[in-house]
Amino acid sequence: MSADSTKKTLIVAISLCLVCSVLVSSAAVALNSIQEKNKRLDKIKNILVAGGLYEENTDVQEVYKEKVKGVLIELETGKVVPEDQYNEKLNVENFNISDMSDDSEYGASVEEGDGLPGIKSRPKYMPVYEVVDNGEVEKYIFPVFGKGLWSTLYGFLALESNLETVSAITFYEHGETPGLGGEIDNPKWKALWQGKKVYDDDHRVKIAVIKGKVDPSNPNKDFLIDGLSGATLTTRGVDNLVRYWLGQNGYGVFIDNVREGNHNE
Amino acid sequence: MNKYYKQLIDPIFNNNPIALQILGICSALAVTSKLQTAIVMALAVSLVTAFSNFSVSLIRKHIPASIRILVEMTIIASLVIIADQVIKAYAFDVSKQLSVYTGLIITNCIVMGRAEAYALQNPPVASFIDGLGNGMGYSFILLVVGFIRELIGSGKLLGYTILPLNTDGGWYNPNGLFLLAPSAFLLIGLIIWTMRTLKPEQIEED
Repeated sequence: MSADSTKKTLIVAISLCLVCSVLVSSAAVALNSIQEKNKRLDKIKNILVAGGLYEENTDVQEVYKEKVKGVLIELETGKVVPEDQYNEKLNVENFNISDMSDDSEYGASVEEGDGLPGIKSRPKYMPVYEVVDNGEVEKYIFPVFGKGLWSTLYGFLALESNLETVSAITFYEHGETPGLGGEIDNPKWKALWQGKKVYDDDHRVKIAVIKGKVDPSNPNKDFLIDGLSGATLTTRGVDNLVRYWLGQNGYGVFIDNVREGNHNE
Repeated sequence: MNKYYKQLIDPIFNNNPIALQILGICSALAVTSKLQTAIVMALAVSLVTAFSNFSVSLIRKHIPASIRILVEMTIIASLVIIADQVIKAYAFDVSKQLSVYTGLIITNCIVMGRAEAYALQNPPVASFIDGLGNGMGYSFILLVVGFIRELIGSGKLLGYTILPLNTDGGWYNPNGLFLLAPSAFLLIGLIIWTMRTLKPEQIEED
């Protein structure tokens, strides 16, 4: 049979696709467990980074166990879920944001006007990580996510114990353009967040990421963060997600409860 | 044996894919701000080129001319996905830094170019060696550029401090330009200049 006949072309194309798909999928399946473990460790590492606890060459799991306490909260009521109500899906250890968002029981839809464009659903419950020192909560670390330009950004936003001041922000998973939107990983930019104020006097979200640089003479400069140059849409995404998650649809209710001291009831 | 040796070594100095053919520049700019990422990328590209050459050559007599490029692309893409999965499993930190560039090996002209120019006409082993050789030529430039950029840009090599930075109480004031992509352009330009000065036969006539 000549290599150029239609029949031969089809045979070659189909068998090549079969062989390649088997190779690719077996590689993906075989390496999946190692990759998942890496991702989990990376997430813990990022929680520690957000909490200012990360040091190189230390066992992140040890530090995490020692210093961080994860709790699960119901976003709508802002109450902590007691541990006896945990189950296979609903727990802090293996909480998977994207699985929980799509879950029929634990997911809630995000409406268009809610301020999180591009995201259709979110979990009803979210973990919150408390950095505890001598029994006192020093920082609260909130998982956050939202759409950037190309991808969903997943990260952590840490607030000081007063729940007014940003301690740190970090993103552990995104697919933004390296050098432009990917600069959300840039330590210099992340450092700009430290010490920024979140809420105005009436506890409304006031923090914002703006386009361009913050004018040092601006009276609101404590609430504003420089946008990333060349990455307007990623910047807008970060602005949206931070404002959404700190607002009443996100952790706002919980934060109000903590302020009044009745989040555990 | 001698023939294979020449095939392996030739692309490093005499027929370098980056310096002479000016292929694969994009990733050479993107992943060389640190030596570690450059090494992983160099390994990945070398292995992908070698194995894609080998596979294409193995079935070269059966590839219909009408879907030739598609067949090559499918093989290359599969190999790149596998390489990406392996890097994600065994070098997770590096995979985060390489981000999209591992996937972009698919579009690296060196891989496709060698499949088209060599593997389609030659037997598997020779094609494998040719792929490996060209991968090494690419690697050579990547490693040189990665070495210079990390050393001058952050005073480190493979993450270990070589020149103590003045911000940490040392004396070295790092040159931030070397962490940015344009510095790789300058360095590759200098490498091309050096190579063509040493080997004037590489100079193109116009």
